[in-house]
Amino acid sequence: MSAWTGLGGFVGDARLVAAKDLRIEWRARTTLGQVLPFALLVLVLFGFALDANRPTLRLATPGLLWMTVLFVTVVAVQRSAAVESADGARRVLLLSGMAPAAAFVGKAAAVAVQLLVVEVLLVPGVVLLYDAEVESVPLVAATCIAATVGLAAAGSLLGAVVAGVRAHQTVLPILLLPVSAPVLIAATRAFADGFGTVAVEGWSWIGLLAGFAAANAVVGAVVYGPLLEEA
Amino acid sequence: MTAVRLSGAVVLMGGFPALAGADLEVVPGEVVLVRGPNGAGKSTLLHLCAGLLRLSEGQGDVLGCDLGADRAAVRRRVGLLGHDTALYGELSAAENLQVWARASRVAEADVTGALDRLGLPQRLRDVPTARLSAGQRRRVALAAIVVRRPELWLLDEPHAGLDSDGRAIVDSLVTAAAAAGAAVVLASHETGPAGGLATRTVTMAGGTLSERAQS
Repeated sequence: MSAWTGLGGFVGDARLVAAKDLRIEWRARTTLGQVLPFALLVLVLFGFALDANRPTLRLATPGLLWMTVLFVTVVAVQRSAAVESADGARRVLLLSGMAPAAAFVGKAAAVAVQLLVVEVLLVPGVVLLYDAEVESVPLVAATCIAATVGLAAAGSLLGAVVAGVRAHQTVLPILLLPVSAPVLIAATRAFADGFGTVAVEGWSWIGLLAGFAAANAVVGAVVYGPLLEEA
Repeated sequence: MTAVRLSGAVVLMGGFPALAGADLEVVPGEVVLVRGPNGAGKSTLLHLCAGLLRLSEGQGDVLGCDLGADRAAVRRRVGLLGHDTALYGELSAAENLQVWARASRVAEADVTGALDRLGLPQRLRDVPTARLSAGQRRRVALAAIVVRRPELWLLDEPHAGLDSDGRAIVDSLVTAAAAAGAAVVLASHETGPAGGLATRTVTMAGGTLSERAQS
């Protein structure tokens, strides 16, 4: 088998897993019916907590938005892991003989798509609710993509780590939120530049986000197989 | 080549020996019934043969692949029906089988033919499997094995939850698989209907196996 054929098989398996997860998600309507309303509600409640003070809200917009995305990530990853644990479904991934790394990439890609959908709706949400202004669309878009890949990879990795733990639903946020701190910091700084609220060099933070994403993607691809077997 | 060869197989689960020195040989075309009470270690034995568990001690190979070093190769070539169905509840029967077939790289997978063989009515094939009855889900799980055309069939309580038609279908599948050269290992807590299929019966108790008289 040539390397090219192997790569094609890897990509095909990853696409299969991602399409399967997204189809399941579409049928269950968790993102649209539960996660998205939850995210918008969090934005509104942050507004109440800060007493609808427009200057304060504008200043805090990047941090509030990415905190909301982190909460959404926890829900999306819990759902993604639950798909494989229900009724022994992870045997499909184990017995099919597909590369575990391809399964990991597929699952992380499905989570990333869901997060991007939420972010695409949250950004206009903060513009409307917090009176924020987007000054650099390319920077905001690049931040969303880099941060989302990192969150999806770290989340899918930790989702597999806690899959076999009895109290996995409470353990996951305890692990995922601190691990995602670099994304929260870097994405907030980059967004602060993109929204023009703080004078920082936003593009310099994209490198940190890309590094975080790459590190978690590589570690996840390597350890997903053993984690799947142990769950 | 033997389909299954275990020698002194021990599987520790949390320090407890779920398998405590099991010896077993199964050849292609054979249908072996492993009979034993609940907790005897039958499911552990099947999961070990499927390459889903590690050997703690002893030796074993399945379809010529070592259970210590080459479990991934084992997993590609076996079909396992466990207590759960390994189906995605939000997907329909046909969609589940397509995922199984594509993930397993089965060329020209006959999803419709497999569902026909298992007798799943046409009107139920596009319904999410979570809405099917337990027996119907079990039929879909068996259809997923049929689609993959494994060389070793591992069926845990194959008649559980099935009506008389379903049991007859299982019997015909097992017979056909063995006739085609596949090895079949059935596990059941009773001799019952599965006993009639077996060319050989072994009993299991306390994680060990012993040969019984020809059934």
